[in-house]
Amino acid sequence: MTTSEATDRQVQAISSDEDVVRVRQLVRTAAVAAKLSLVDQTKVVTAASELARNTLVYGGGGSAEVCRVLNGSRHGVRIVFTDSGPGIADVELALTDGYTSGTGMGLGLSGARRLVDEFHLDTAVGAGTTVAVVKWAR
Amino acid sequence: MALNAEQAERLGQLLSTHSDRISQRWSEVAAAPLKGRLTVAEAARHTGELQAQLRSALLAGATGVDSVHSAELRALLTELSRSRARMGFTASETATSVFALKTALYEAADVEKGDDAALRDYVAWSALIDELGLFTFEAYSRAREEIITAQGEQLLELSTPVVKLWEGVVAVPLVGTLDSARAQVVMERLLEALVDTGSPYAIIDITGVPAVDTQVAQHVLKTVMAARLMGAECIISGIRPQIAQTIVTLGIEFGDIVTKASLADALRHAVQRRNADQRAVKREA
Ligand SMILES: Nc1ncnc2c1ncn2[C@@H]1O[C@H](COP(=O)(O)OP(=O)(O)OP(=O)(O)O)[C@@H](O)[C@H]1O
Ligand SMILES: [Mg+2]
Repeated sequence: MTTSEATDRQVQAISSDEDVVRVRQLVRTAAVAAKLSLVDQTKVVTAASELARNTLVYGGGGSAEVCRVLNGSRHGVRIVFTDSGPGIADVELALTDGYTSGTGMGLGLSGARRLVDEFHLDTAVGAGTTVAVVKWAR
Repeated sequence: MALNAEQAERLGQLLSTHSDRISQRWSEVAAAPLKGRLTVAEAARHTGELQAQLRSALLAGATGVDSVHSAELRALLTELSRSRARMGFTASETATSVFALKTALYEAADVEKGDDAALRDYVAWSALIDELGLFTFEAYSRAREEIITAQGEQLLELSTPVVKLWEGVVAVPLVGTLDSARAQVVMERLLEALVDTGSPYAIIDITGVPAVDTQVAQHVLKTVMAARLMGAECIISGIRPQIAQTIVTLGIEFGDIVTKASLADALRHAVQRRNADQRAVKREA
């Protein structure tokens, strides 16, 4: 991840649909504070919504850490999703558009990656999943 | 930290030695302002639990509401605040139940006698009770907020109006977060309205949905497919520019479903289509 200063760090547990809504609200607030454009706000909020729901549905719950980041004079929002669920056995497959092991559209993970500027997926079978994303203001 | 260790210990002992007298007085004073809305027995049960928990916290070494030994006491106060908030008591009525302990202690410790040491202890204990009261007040406020949020969400679920916009055209505006439960309600209402009004066109307006993610899209698509099975066409309206860009980047495809920027555009489209349908029917006749 890019070296940057982090501020306004907030952690939200994810164990219900309402928590997914709360994550979206935190990310929206951080994105406004970081002066992201309306399109970029919507993109990062939507990406967060996807990743939070994956944390809930596949990771069996976990948490999201939301903070504002500053790299030089560039503002951004970073969100780190963590769960200690089953992990992802085949990352490439999981990141394929249309692949779902459940009943979804299979677009959340791959779509979220396209919606943000930085995307780091760290997972191992039996050891949970961490997804860190950053969206920078233009 | 409200007390020093000796003051805490003396309070713990007082709560033990005069247990009955204090609990009786505490529950009386606490119940007085709540008359009629909380039975004396219930009020007594609450203050009794608090008394037991406070005593064990103090005897374990707690000297304030933030002490590690006060964890269970804090949990109990939070629970009390929640249940009082749900029952409709005010914040001060709730905190008063805690402050009532002061009267009971004042009497049990014979502060009246004017003994200096007793007075000093009483002042220190009062500070602790103030802390407990403030903690209760804050817990109450949080509980109240949660209740208000939950009510707002319920209201949202109930207020899913399906309106007949035009002869043969119904519309449903989606507002807020579209979780699975609400999506189900919306779908059912819309399908019912299609049957009731015999409308061949339905407009699903998503202007009020702040984020269209795969879950929202999937629900909308399912609703459109269900309407099609009933012979009705859906038009999705209210796709603002930022939502359109996000949907495309996410990779969602709405296929051959007609989408429009505004509800007015969608209505115009539906009415034109409907007029064309009717002309076709007339020609055939
Ligand atoms: N946190 C996670 N832990 C374990 N498996 C995961 C996790 N996140 C995603 N996956 C796996 O990756 C697959 C693809 O995820 P993706 O979000 O793209 O699709 P989906 O959630 O199935 O459907 P959609 O997000 O489109 O509604 C999931 O079906 C699941 O098998
Ligand atoms: Mg998903």
